[in-house]
Amino acid sequence: MYQVTVNGKKHQVDVDGDTPLLWVIRDELNLTGTKFGCGVSACGACTVMVDGQPQRSCQMPVKGVGNASITTIEAATGKIAHAVQTAWREKEVVQCGYCQSGQIMQAIGLLQENKTPTDQDIDAYMSGNACRCATYHRIRAAIHVAAQKLEA
Amino acid sequence: MTSNTSRRHFLKGSAAVALIVGFGAGGLLEARANSAAEKSFNPFIKIRSDNKIIAVVKHFEMGQGTSTGLTTILAEELDADWDDMIVEFAPADRKNYANLFWGGSQGTGGSSSIANSFTQYRKAGAAARDMLIRAAAGEWHVPASEIKTSKGVLSHASGKTARYGDMAAAAAKLNPAEDVALKKPQDFTLIGNATLPRKDSASKTDGSAIFAMDVKLPDMLYVVVARPPRFGGKVKSYTDKATRAVRGVVDVRQIPRGIAVYAKNTWAAIKGREALEVDWDFMEAENKSTAEMEAHYTDLLTKPGNIAKEEGDVDKAWDSAAKKISLNFNFPFLAHAPMEPQNCVIRYEPGKGAEIWDGCQSPSMTQDVVSKILGLEVDAVKVNTTYAGGSFGRRANFTADYGGEAAMAALAIEGRHPVKLIWTREDDLKGGYYRPMHLERVEVALDDNNAPSLWRHRITGIPFFPLPADKLDRSAVEGVSNLPYAIPNIKVDQHNVKSPISTLWWRSVGHTHTAFSKEVTIDILAEMAGADPVAFRLNLLKDHPRQAGVLKLVAEKAGWDTPLPDGWGRGVAVHESFNSFVAQVVEVSRNKAGAIKVERVVCAVDCGIAVNPDVITAQMEGGIGYGLGTVMRNRITFDQGEVVQDNFPDYEPLRMSDMPKVEVHIMPSMEKPTGVGEPGLPPCAPALGNAIFQVTGERITVLPFGENGIKFA
Ligand code: FES
Ligand code: FES
Repeated sequence: MYQVTVNGKKHQVDVDGDTPLLWVIRDELNLTGTKFGCGVSACGACTVMVDGQPQRSCQMPVKGVGNASITTIEAATGKIAHAVQTAWREKEVVQCGYCQSGQIMQAIGLLQENKTPTDQDIDAYMSGNACRCATYHRIRAAIHVAAQKLEA
Repeated sequence: MTSNTSRRHFLKGSAAVALIVGFGAGGLLEARANSAAEKSFNPFIKIRSDNKIIAVVKHFEMGQGTSTGLTTILAEELDADWDDMIVEFAPADRKNYANLFWGGSQGTGGSSSIANSFTQYRKAGAAARDMLIRAAAGEWHVPASEIKTSKGVLSHASGKTARYGDMAAAAAKLNPAEDVALKKPQDFTLIGNATLPRKDSASKTDGSAIFAMDVKLPDMLYVVVARPPRFGGKVKSYTDKATRAVRGVVDVRQIPRGIAVYAKNTWAAIKGREALEVDWDFMEAENKSTAEMEAHYTDLLTKPGNIAKEEGDVDKAWDSAAKKISLNFNFPFLAHAPMEPQNCVIRYEPGKGAEIWDGCQSPSMTQDVVSKILGLEVDAVKVNTTYAGGSFGRRANFTADYGGEAAMAALAIEGRHPVKLIWTREDDLKGGYYRPMHLERVEVALDDNNAPSLWRHRITGIPFFPLPADKLDRSAVEGVSNLPYAIPNIKVDQHNVKSPISTLWWRSVGHTHTAFSKEVTIDILAEMAGADPVAFRLNLLKDHPRQAGVLKLVAEKAGWDTPLPDGWGRGVAVHESFNSFVAQVVEVSRNKAGAIKVERVVCAVDCGIAVNPDVITAQMEGGIGYGLGTVMRNRITFDQGEVVQDNFPDYEPLRMSDMPKVEVHIMPSMEKPTGVGEPGLPPCAPALGNAIFQVTGERITVLPFGENGIKFA
C-alpha cells in the first residue's frame, strides 16, 4: 500500500512500488486526463505538477512519490492555468488533443518561471513535449497570448 | 453523388427518449438519462426540448476537425445557433452512415469526410428546418412561406416566435419533404466563418475528452500482447511462470497474434510481458535487413513492371534528347506513430454480442473483423466511437488489427471480463502497418528548346495492400500516374515486392513519395533548362489551372522574387492530392556550422468551398509539421527482420524547436469542397529538398535528409 496526494486528496493504492505514478493516476484513481504516450520520458503526454513543477509521471515510481503534492490537468486551477487554457481555446490549438494535457501543464510551468517568454524560451522549455499533430505553431502563439493575459 | 440510403427512409422522424452513455466523475462508464426529451428528425439531427441540437457525426474525430465540419454544415442549413450544437458520433450502421465515396462501407479516410458529406448534411439540415417551419405554420395558422428562421428561433411578422426545441415535438411528427431548397452559398453565415470555435476545444484543454485509452469498464482487465519480433514469425513455445508471479497478473493466454498477458492494471500487464519467455519460429518470417531489401528493390528497378501510364515513345525520346538525367530515389519505411498508441476496449458476451470502444476510423471494417473472430452476426457488434488520439491512416485498416486482437483476447477468456488491449509505443513502432519503403528511378530529358521531352518513372515497393505481383498498385503510383506537366512522352510502371511486413496507407498515401520524386525532378529539369522553378512549372501547367493558381498565389505571398538574407534558400513545390491543390514555398537558412534550419513555410491551398477556414489552416500546419519531422529524420529499418527503432528516442518526432513559421492562404472558391487532412503534406518535403539545394548545392534523393548528409540546427 502506498499513499499519494493527488489534487489535494490522499489516496491509498495497492500496487507494486515500481508502478509509475502515471498508471496509478490513470488506472487506480481514474483520472484519465493525464496521458500515456511513450513511457520513456520522450513525449511529455504524462506531465503532471509535482509540488508545483511539471514532471513526467511515467518516470516516477509510486514508492518515490512520498508526500509530494501532485496536481493533474483535472485540477489545474489558478491564474496561470486559467490564462493558458483560455489562450489555448482562443488560438484553437488542439487537433487530436491527446498531447494537450501535457502541453498545458508544461506551459503553466514555463509561465510560472518566466512571465514574458520569447520564442526561443518557448522552444527550449517546450521541446520535450511532442505533438504528432504538430500544433506547435499555435502552442507558441497561445503561450504568448497567455503571457499577455497575465500581464494585463 | 450516390446514396444507398433512401431519403424517404432516413428522413422519417421518430421520437426517442435520450439515453446518453457518458462518463461519471470516477471515469467509469455509466448510462444516464438526459432529462430533456429528444426528437429525431433524421439520422443526423436530434433536437432536444432544452433547444440543444445534436449533430450525429458519421466521421470520427482524430484531430482533423470533422466533428466541427459536419456540424457546421448541418447547422448552416438548419439556421441553428452554433452554441446550441452538440456533437455525437454515429454508431456502426452502414445503412445510414456509409461514406458515400466508399460504396456501402462506413469509415473515414482519403480526406473524404467533408467532400462526401457536404450535400448529404446540407439536405438533412434543410429538411429538418423545413419540418420545423411547417410545424410552426400549423400551430400559428400562418403560411409557411412567411416564417423566418435565425439562430435556432422561428419567427413570424405577427410577433410569434418559438425556439427550435419548443417546436421539435410537433415537427418530428411531420413527414420530411422530398426536395427542400438549399441555401445559396452567398447566404452562408457558418460555412466559411473563420472564427467559429471548434467543438472539441474545451474538452481537449481541460482533460475531460474521452479517448478509448480512457475507457474503463467494471471488472475490466488490461492486456498487452507479446508479438513475434519478426513479421511472419510464430510462437513455438512459451513459459509464463515468472509472468504469473508478477503481482496483478491474472492470466496468460496464447492468441493467434502472440501471447496475451491479462492484469489488473496496465503496468502489471507490461511487467508480466517482460517476464515471459517465448521461443519464436521464424521459418516463414521476413529475415532480411534493410540493405538486402534495397539490393532486391534496386535489381527490380532494372526490370519492366506493371504499367501505370504510357504515352508517346520514351525510348525514342531518350535517345534523341539534348540533355538527360537519371535519378534514384529512396524512401524508407515509416510508422504513423499517432500520439495515442493503439488500444481498444471490448466487452464480449459469448453467443450474444460484443461492444467495442475505439477511436474507430472504420466501424464497418471493425464490425466485420470482430464479428468473424467472435462468431457473431455483424450487427451484434456495437461500436462506440471515442475521440482518437491521431491516426494518420493507422486506424483505418482492413484487418482491423488491434480491434481484432482485442476480440481474440476477449475470446480467449470467453468474455469473463471486459478487456482493454493496449499497445505500448514500442509495440506501435515495431508492429508494422508501415508506409512501405519505395525505391524509384526517374529518367527525364530536355529537347533542343529546353522543353521536357520525356518522363520515365519506375517505382518498387511492397504494395499498400496485398496484391499479386502482376497487378498494378494504383496507390503506389498516384501523383505520377496522373503527371500534370505537359510532357509528350511518359511511362510510369511499378513492381510489387512480396513480404510479410504489413503495410498501410500513411497520411497522403502514395503522394508521400511521388510528390517528392516528381517535384524534385521537375526542379532539376528547371535548373538544367536555366529556368526559374516557378515559371518553368507554370509553363507546363497550362491545362491545370487550379495547380497553376495555387502556385502563383504561393509565389506572390512568399515574395518569390524578393531577395533573401545571405545563407538562406527557397524551394517550391506544387501537388494535387485528394482533389485538392496545394503549393508551398519553404525557406531555410544555413548557419556557420553548416546546419540547416527550416525558417518559414508559405502554403496556398485550393480545396473548393472552405467550410471551416481555420480548420483548413490547422490541417495545412499539421500536414506540414508531420511531413517535415518525417523527412528530417524518421525511418524504420530492419536488422535481420527485426525493426531497429524502439521508441521516440529512435523515431524522434518533430519538436517545438523544429517548427517553422507557417503561413496558410486559402484560395477563394465556389467549387465543391474537397479534402484537407492529407493534401498539406506532399509538397512540403520536395519544397524543403529544393530549398536545401539552394544553400548546399546538393540534391538529396535518399530520405530522411538527416540520415543522408544534412545536419539540422
Ligand atoms: S509517457 Fe511520459 S514522457 Fe511520454
Ligand atoms: S494535438 Fe494531437 S498529438 Fe498534439
